Amino acid sequence: MPKLRDIAKACKSKNAGPFELTLDIMFEDAATFEKVRRTGVITPKLIAKLYRVPVESVVFTEYPPAFAYKATIERRIASGAVGDTDVYGAQQHAPLLDVEIPI
Amino acid sequence: MVSASGILGYGFPESSLKAGLERKPHMIGVDGGSSDPGPHYLGSGKTFTSELAIKRDLSLLLRGAIANNIPMMIGTCGGAGGEPHLQTCARILREIAREHDLHFRLALIHSEQDKGWLKQQLRAGRVQPLGAAGPLTGAVIDRAERIVGMMGPEPHLAALEAGAQVILAGRGTDPSPWAALALHHGIPPAQAWFAGKMLECACNAALPKKHDCLLATVAQDYVEVEPLNPELRCTPLSVAVQALHENASPVIHKEPGGLLDTTECTIAARSERAVRVSGMKWKPQPYTIKLEGAEKVGYSAITFAGTRDAGLIGQIDSFLAAVRESVATKVAALSVSSGDYELVLRLYGKNGVMGEWEPLKDAKTHEVGVLAEAVAKSQDIANAVISVTRVTLLHTDFPGRLCKEGNMAFPFSPSDIERGAVYQFSLRHVVQPNDPLEMFPIEYEKV
Repeated sequence: MPKLRDIAKACKSKNAGPFELTLDIMFEDAATFEKVRRTGVITPKLIAKLYRVPVESVVFTEYPPAFAYKATIERRIASGAVGDTDVYGAQQHAPLLDVEIPI
Repeated sequence: MVSASGILGYGFPESSLKAGLERKPHMIGVDGGSSDPGPHYLGSGKTFTSELAIKRDLSLLLRGAIANNIPMMIGTCGGAGGEPHLQTCARILREIAREHDLHFRLALIHSEQDKGWLKQQLRAGRVQPLGAAGPLTGAVIDRAERIVGMMGPEPHLAALEAGAQVILAGRGTDPSPWAALALHHGIPPAQAWFAGKMLECACNAALPKKHDCLLATVAQDYVEVEPLNPELRCTPLSVAVQALHENASPVIHKEPGGLLDTTECTIAARSERAVRVSGMKWKPQPYTIKLEGAEKVGYSAITFAGTRDAGLIGQIDSFLAAVRESVATKVAALSVSSGDYELVLRLYGKNGVMGEWEPLKDAKTHEVGVLAEAVAKSQDIANAVISVTRVTLLHTDFPGRLCKEGNMAFPFSPSDIERGAVYQFSLRHVVQPNDPLEMFPIEYEKV
C-alpha cells in the first residue's frame, strides 16, 4: 500500500506563530487529491493520534485549490522555549510520511 | 506594488528590482520580520539578519524609491520590530541617505508597548487570550523584556497621508505596508489585504520559490501577481500554496479589524507567468491588536558529545538517569540550589528532533549525540552545571562498561559553550485599543 511519502507532492510542517504548528500535505493534481480524499484516511483524528493531541484541538481544512490538506495543532513547547527541539517547527512532519493510503 | 524579498536582508537580484521599477509601481516595500527564529531577537533587541545584509537591501530600495518618487515601506523592522530593531534600521537608513545624498520625509512608526498602559487595558478588561493561553496577568507584563503590538495598515496609511515617502515600521501584521498603500489609493479592504498577503513573502508565491521580487497589481475587484525575474512564474497552484504559508487556516486570515476570507476565490492564469485572483471577502470584526512579548528565562550553556559504544547506547536511558543524579549531587555541593538551574538533554539519533512526539521508540542506531544544556539564573551557574555535566557524561560507570577512558567523543575544545541570556515568548493575547493608531506613535523626520 502506498504511503504519503510515495504519493504526496509536499508534506511539511512549519510554525504558525510561536505557539502553533501547521502541517501541509499537498498532491500533484486534482485527480490524486480526490482519490486520497475518497479514502477518508486524512482526518483530524489521524493528526490527533500521530501527534497525541486532543482531536477537538486540531484545526483542519481541506483546501482543494492547492490539492491540499492543512492541519494546525498546538506546539509541544513554544518556539525557542527551554526544552524546545525545533525553533522553526520545520521537521515535525515525519510521522505523516509513513501514513498508508489505500488507493 | 513591489515586494522585494521575503525578509529585509534576505537579498534579491538587482535586475528584478530594476524590472519592477520599469513597471512604474506605486510603491516598493519589504517585510522585515517574523517570530519564526524564536524569542531571542525580541528579547535581546538584536536583528536576525545582519546589518550588512540590511544595508545592501535598504540601499537598493531607497535609491530606487527616491529616483522614481514613490514610497518605500518596511514592515517589522529588524526582525522583531521592537524599539532597538527600529532604531538599527533607521540608523542604517540615515547612513545610506548621507552616502548617496538622498533627501526625503521619513516616518518611524513605533510598536513597543508601555507596560503601564497595558496594565490599564488589562484592568479595564480589554485584553483577551488567544488559543490555549490563559488570562494575562500583571506579573507576565512585568517580567517581559519587551512587548510589541502587531499594527495593522492604519499607521502606515496615516504616515502616507502625512506625506511620508519612506516608512520604517515596528512590529506589524505582514501584509500591512501594501494593504495600507492600496487603501490609500481607494482599493477596498478585501483586495488590499489580499494583495498584502500575496506580497508579504514575495516570490514564495512563485515557482521556483526564491528570494526575489514580486509585482502585484490591485484593482477594485481583483489582485494580479507576477514575479519580476523572467526565470520565475506564478501559477494558480503556486498562488494557492502561498495561502497555506504559516497560517492556521488557508482560507480565513485573522487580521486587525477583520477576517480576510478567500473561501470563494477564483484563481486564474492570466499568462504563463501571471495569475489573477478575485472573489476575496473582508468581514469586519472588533478591532484588536495582537501582542508579542519575550521574557528572560535565564542563562544557557551547552556541550555536545557523541557515543559510538553499543553497550552504552543499549542502556542510554538508565545511563542518563544516573548522570542526572550524579550531576545533582555534585552541583548541590557547589551550594547551588536545585531550583536555580535546569538540565535539558537532547538525544540526537534517538529523539533529538521530535522529543516526546517521536513515534519510533526502539529504532536501532549505531551512534547517539547528546546535546546537554544548562539553563540557570546566572551565567556562572549555567557554566558550572554544564562543566559538571560534561565530566559526568564522560566518566559515569555503567554495567558492562569496556570504555573506561571515557564514554563520549567531544568534538571541540573548549567543549562548553556559553549562550548568554535566553528568552521565551510570553504573551499570546490581543488588546482592544480605542483606535487603530493609539498604540503606534508616528515620528516624522526630514532626512
